[in-house]
Amino acid sequence: MSLRDRLPTGAIGVETIGMTMRFGAFTALDDVSIKVAPGALHALLGENGAGKSTLVKCMMGFYEATAGQMLVAGKEARITAPNAAHALGMGMVYQHFTLVPSLTAAENLVISREDAPAIINWRREHANLSAFMERMPFKIPLDQPVRALSAGEKQKLEILKQLYLGRRFLILDEPTSVLTPDEADEVLGHVRGLCRAGEISVLMITHKFREVTAYADSVSVLRRGQLVGEGAVAELEHADMARMMMGDAAAAASAPRAKSAASGAPVLAVEGAKAADRSGVKSIDIEDLVVRAGEIVGVAGVSGNGQPELMEILTGQRPIEAGAIKVKGAPYSARRAEARAHAVRYLPEEPLHNACAPRMSVTENIAFRSFDANGASDRFWLANGEMRRRAAELVTAFKVKTTSLDSPISSLSGGNVQRATLARELSGDVDLLIISNPCFGLDFSAVAEIRDRIVAARNAGAAVLLISEDLDEILELADRILVMSEGRISYDRPAAEADRGEIGRHMGGRA
Amino acid sequence: MADSDLGLWAIPLAILGGAVRVSTPFLFVSLGEVLTERSGRINLGLEGTLVFGAMAGYAIAFHTGSPWLGVLAAAGAGALFGLLHGLICSVPRVNDIAVGIALMLLGLGLAFFFGKPYIKPVAPDLPSINFGWWSTYPQVQAALRVNVLFLIGVAAAILLWWMFRATRLGLLIRVVGDSTDAARAMGVRPARIRTLATMAGGAFAGVGGAYLSLFYPGSWNEGISSGQGLMAVALVIFARWNPISCFWAAILFGGAGALGPALQSVGVSEGYYLFYAAPYVLTLGVLIATSSPNRAMTGAPGELSITK
Repeated sequence: MSLRDRLPTGAIGVETIGMTMRFGAFTALDDVSIKVAPGALHALLGENGAGKSTLVKCMMGFYEATAGQMLVAGKEARITAPNAAHALGMGMVYQHFTLVPSLTAAENLVISREDAPAIINWRREHANLSAFMERMPFKIPLDQPVRALSAGEKQKLEILKQLYLGRRFLILDEPTSVLTPDEADEVLGHVRGLCRAGEISVLMITHKFREVTAYADSVSVLRRGQLVGEGAVAELEHADMARMMMGDAAAAASAPRAKSAASGAPVLAVEGAKAADRSGVKSIDIEDLVVRAGEIVGVAGVSGNGQPELMEILTGQRPIEAGAIKVKGAPYSARRAEARAHAVRYLPEEPLHNACAPRMSVTENIAFRSFDANGASDRFWLANGEMRRRAAELVTAFKVKTTSLDSPISSLSGGNVQRATLARELSGDVDLLIISNPCFGLDFSAVAEIRDRIVAARNAGAAVLLISEDLDEILELADRILVMSEGRISYDRPAAEADRGEIGRHMGGRA
Repeated sequence: MADSDLGLWAIPLAILGGAVRVSTPFLFVSLGEVLTERSGRINLGLEGTLVFGAMAGYAIAFHTGSPWLGVLAAAGAGALFGLLHGLICSVPRVNDIAVGIALMLLGLGLAFFFGKPYIKPVAPDLPSINFGWWSTYPQVQAALRVNVLFLIGVAAAILLWWMFRATRLGLLIRVVGDSTDAARAMGVRPARIRTLATMAGGAFAGVGGAYLSLFYPGSWNEGISSGQGLMAVALVIFARWNPISCFWAAILFGGAGALGPALQSVGVSEGYYLFYAAPYVLTLGVLIATSSPNRAMTGAPGELSITK
């Protein structure tokens, strides 16, 4: 008997009434009432810091709300701890995966059960799990360590886990932020299917309008802790939702994205580069990749097809076994002196871990490119005053929100770490900019701003290589579109001739 | 003469017998370290625990006349050291490696302090089973005289392997060792599980020590350990945190340790100090051979401070 068979099943409705949360003098949530009907897929829209997380944490019992009530399946419920929420059939899928990487999917599922037996009879558990998976709309390999699953599979497994635990009301916290568009569509399609079938009701936190219109039934919009709008999705336009979300402040004007085809001389050339991939089993094989001055070359692809390895080859973190990398015709091995001489700059994905020293200050992190340079010569003693002055300038110019220049950079939000890193990388002359997933997990306004900066750099004559798993981003920014599949470049077209369907087929490796 | 009858076969035979004899402390300490590290902590203090266990086991065996009570006492003393390590490391921002080194020195110091009166007296030995009764060669009989603790160690390795795979407790230890966040989301208290795992790991190391003083070499003195407690840490990495692999690794290290005496027994005396260094050379060689700049370490618990 699995837990699921003993509990009542079927979607339940959940309602909050006048939910208010104060942290000291700060009101994070102000009298918010939302209602999720049984079997509905309800979206919760809002900018970062609008109070979405606070609301769901109050609902799940992580926080005790200052005021307000909850109705679960029509009855008043007092939820003081996550366990109480679980007992009522409420579950949450966090933005960051809570699966244990070295355990297999089956082990993850069984150990997450509160009534997991002291001695696990794997034969019986496997039989139960197979029977459970039969009823589910998507399949996951159960015997592989979760580490080996793709982001999309992990997200599906997180949702499966909640169903396996018998949850009837699910909160999904930005479920698609780490997924490719195709994976996102697949996962959300299944979630909607489960709602339609009356298995679960869902409250989905998001800031992507496309997902709201395509999948949600109804929507509530939060701004600065207040409920500023709600309604059935069918009756709302994107523009209405954007106005609710952003207030009446006009969105920042986009940088001109005239696709001038006036690309110049080749800046980056990768010729026949071969390297081992992370597993050491397959190989990365880049025949011919050229990026010219004044163009953005976008490399699209589903995650796990060698994009991180390509980035590592270009940053000198991964040795190449054959071939050559040339910058402006000269061999390039990504040494600091070479990068400085050729004005090569990088923005790796997750810059907090890949491009910053998390516990060092904002000032120090911004100075990484320049702290040891004194004009053309080296310096031995740091010029602290100059470092501070430069950091202050860049923080202002790039609108980095930080409490102080001396705060550790890890205390900044994701968007602001991205801005600070971009500020460092884009200061001074830039001839070649290599970027990977720059807008991963950022909110709406940060995304627009960062993309504008990238386009501005290209308009100023830089050659830009943009590796991204977000196809919309590539289609929006790139002058030329490449697709990476199985460690190779399988598609190469100017953006004007590119066709979304054809790109999709190449991404899927079916062309 | 029996020696000449066996000829050069005496060498592998002596290595095999030596491997079984020498490997037991390696096996126990490495099983203890696997248990600790799988829960996400490193206990570098097991060398101190081993030596203190050797002393405590010897002392209790001497006073009670029962080697098994000595083994129990060694396990208890080891558990106390593990508990101390676990509790100190549960305090926020305490580094487990630093605590381990401090406890190693404490264990050595305490063992030498309390062990002074026990250097002279003779305590009873642990029993062993003679699997070589069928042979007339004394070398074969010597090689196949297997101590009961070795067999218990083998059983413990299998038991641990089964525990990590098929029990709730084993899975919880792995969860805690791999992801503190996931454990918290599951409603598990990582610090408690880690402390208990470290405690059990300490008990294993204590038993390893009792083997040293109560069977091979079989007496208590201050130089009783030749760094088995430290090398077990390397051995655990080599064994990829798998208890069964720990057994094979311990046999390999034990065999390397027996190389010197084996060669000496057939009369090779040239540079035999060099052969005594074989386990240490092996440690270095193995660590270099199994490392790679391009691949992540597989099997390493995610919360371990050396792999972060």
